[in-house]
Amino acid sequence: MTIADVKRLLNAEILCGKEYVSKDVHTACGSDLMSDVLAFVKDQSVLLTGLCNPQVIRTAEMMDIICICFIRGKKPEENIIELAKDRGLVVMTSPLRMFEACGELYANGLSGGELLE
Amino acid sequence: MSNLVLKYTVDNEDFTRAGEASSDVKKKLKMMGVPPEAVRKVAIAMYEGEINMVIHADGGEITVEITPTQIVMVLKDKGPGITDIEKAMQAGYSTASENIRALGFGAGMGLPNMKKYSDEMDIDTVIGVGTTVTMKVNI
Ligand SMILES: Nc1ncnc2c1ncn2[C@@H]1O[C@H](COP(=O)(O)OP(=O)(O)O)[C@@H](O)[C@H]1O
Ligand SMILES: [Mg+2]
Repeated sequence: MTIADVKRLLNAEILCGKEYVSKDVHTACGSDLMSDVLAFVKDQSVLLTGLCNPQVIRTAEMMDIICICFIRGKKPEENIIELAKDRGLVVMTSPLRMFEACGELYANGLSGGELLE
Repeated sequence: MSNLVLKYTVDNEDFTRAGEASSDVKKKLKMMGVPPEAVRKVAIAMYEGEINMVIHADGGEITVEITPTQIVMVLKDKGPGITDIEKAMQAGYSTASENIRALGFGAGMGLPNMKKYSDEMDIDTVIGVGTTVTMKVNI
């Protein structure tokens, strides 16, 4: 699916990176713990998180994640969005809760990707 | 061609800025055409190390040397030092506070992750003086 499909499925609002929504994504991960994203994620392109700070953007940047979705209606502050813009990332916010958001994407074909030991 | 040396000061006043050095290195390596797999290894290993300098020490200095065959990162802080390196290297071991956990870090996976993503890693630590972590990633 594309990032535009992710937006639609999650009933999300795009906060930056509209120009990249036609990019393809195949895998996703959901976590509020950036430590775990850094340690256990490999080649995922979408990050779902309820954590709202600049380190979410940095973590995505280091991991080559191209799309971040803040769940439970969280809206990051402007400085966080600026950082994401500068890195060419798509940021969106969805009213869904973590379990629902993951379920929605999984049911529609996104996978969790390869597991790192 | 002479080696490129990059130097950064990491301050611990502002958690929101942690990762700026790693971000800059990642950008530069990409621009230089270093293979993506090596760039990613450097980015993750250095970012974990940079976060540690902010949350466990009082910031410090990072030097990154780029040679035609490897990238050498030296992260030097004047923090409290690591009492038991073997323990600190264990997955899940962390002395991070609840505050740090609320920021999304402190799962005790940083040092093991740094080891995993670098081809060579060395920790030099003196209690009360500071810690120097050296990591090498082959290109
Ligand atoms: N630069 C450092 N200075 C002092 N202590 C450190 C440093 N880096 C790591 N440590 C110690 O090693 C432990 C494990 O580090 P790490 O694996 O990165 O996990 P975390 O950062 O999640 O606690 C830390 O909790 C801390 O006690
Ligand atoms: Mg750490």
